[in-house]
Amino acid sequence: MVMVDEKVKYTNGNRGKAPTDDGKGYLKVEELNAWYGRTLALKNVNLDIRSQLITAIIGPSGCGKSTFIRCLNRLHEVCSGTKVTGHVWLDGKDIYDKDIDPVQIRRRIGMVFQKPSPFPTMTIFDNVAAGLRLTRFWSRRGELEEIVERSLQHAALWDEVKDKLNQSGTSLSGGQQQRLCIARAIAVEPEIILLDEPCSALDPVATLKIEDLMRNLAQDYTIIIVTHNMQQAARVSDMTAFMLMDEDHAGALVEYGATSDLFSNPKDKRTEDYITGRFG
Amino acid sequence: MLQRGYTRRKWISRLMLVLSGLATTIAILMLALVLGYTLVQGISYINLGFLTHASAPVGQVGGGMRNEIIGTIILVLLGSIIALPIGLMTGIFLAEFAGPRTAAAVRFAADILAGVPSIVVGVFAYAILVRPLHSYSALSAGVALAIIMIPIIARTAEESLRLVPNHMREAALALGITRWRAVLGVIVPGALTGIVTGIMLGVARIAGETAPLIFTALGSNFGFQSLLKPIGALPLQIYNYALSPYSDWKQQAWAGAFILVLLVLGISILVRWLSRRKGSR
Repeated sequence: MVMVDEKVKYTNGNRGKAPTDDGKGYLKVEELNAWYGRTLALKNVNLDIRSQLITAIIGPSGCGKSTFIRCLNRLHEVCSGTKVTGHVWLDGKDIYDKDIDPVQIRRRIGMVFQKPSPFPTMTIFDNVAAGLRLTRFWSRRGELEEIVERSLQHAALWDEVKDKLNQSGTSLSGGQQQRLCIARAIAVEPEIILLDEPCSALDPVATLKIEDLMRNLAQDYTIIIVTHNMQQAARVSDMTAFMLMDEDHAGALVEYGATSDLFSNPKDKRTEDYITGRFG
Repeated sequence: MLQRGYTRRKWISRLMLVLSGLATTIAILMLALVLGYTLVQGISYINLGFLTHASAPVGQVGGGMRNEIIGTIILVLLGSIIALPIGLMTGIFLAEFAGPRTAAAVRFAADILAGVPSIVVGVFAYAILVRPLHSYSALSAGVALAIIMIPIIARTAEESLRLVPNHMREAALALGITRWRAVLGVIVPGALTGIVTGIMLGVARIAGETAPLIFTALGSNFGFQSLLKPIGALPLQIYNYALSPYSDWKQQAWAGAFILVLLVLGISILVRWLSRRKGSR
């Protein structure tokens, strides 16, 4: 397991600033283990997620990538029979601490799923506002309208839907629905956005739109994206983590480093085999 | 030899087809006979006066079942108001919050409750409400009907909530919404069609229940007086009139039966139409 080098450089940067350890949305994963019932799914993962960068997690299917990011926003424990040990430090506090409310963690760490899932009974406006409406007792209409417009603009969807905010959320195309879900996640103003294979259900054009969107979003949020598409990871991310299933069928982190370094000069042989397509 | 075997099989297959067709015809014939007979016997006595007049003494022309129709509506509403929150919350508990063993136990209890004969429910309501209050009452009838309705609503609500896909729940939770607000704000609206169907099926069922009403509502010669007084209802009136020796009362019983059948049929058709419309969207 490789810890990130302090002097790492990245070529994807349109930000041009050095990584900061005390930036908003800095996650430090320590000795994370996750179980489904009695089966160990994740073994001893240690990782430092830098703030305001895009980190990609790649690996063959079944290696625990999705399990890993679901542990980051405490969604893994929602399934019955699951267990998590280890620490995930968010801005100095362990999110798995006994007195931390998981609901608050999920507000600070948002998630977008593989299958675009706008709430079918709500309009586009209500979908984006759902995260706000359902956490407060009452909201002013004007305030909601502002936030909805801002989120849709951030998600590069405003121009396409500004005239049909009252239509059902499911009346959009797949790529638009996914951007709607991203807008919905942004509306609650998280610090970190987790994306679990967001483009795997979309066509290439929609995929490119979302990749552009991610680069814009990375200016304000920390982004962690799980993808089985290596080229996407190479295109989009600043840092990449490669995970693999161990001999005991538990996922483990193999290598983690700057994307350009990992793809051109992988340090582990298994990483090199995966990247050159010898398996996976 | 193969040909002889084939012919035999063909004829057996045809025989089976005919037999099952016959069985289906008999089943549908039952429905058609009930509807048709009620229609033919009852429709001659249906006029606007029947629906708007109170019941008249024997022999006097122009009696109606207005009070009883209103009574049925009041009792159905009362039963629904009591049964809806309890049934819905039970359904939500079963689908969203219960552990597997608790859920199995509660489901079993609900299924048993659904199977209790309605006359037993009536006697039970008599024991817990009519005796202590020393009066037959609309309230006790409402409670009896609610007891019948609760397992229907609970089970259909649970089934509809289970049909909401899991990624919807996860998407709601990932926004940082508390569990109960996610259920009430996202999942229940997503299952609303199924829940409404369950409610209407429950309404159709209790609209026609007679046995519990015998022990609780009793029937009344006056209109609605108060929740704590006896009240008349359509099935009760049909029962009383049908067993009376007077021919015009018997005719009124047919007319009342026709109205009741129409009511239940209407609700069922509405339920089918609504679910087909929502389903195709």
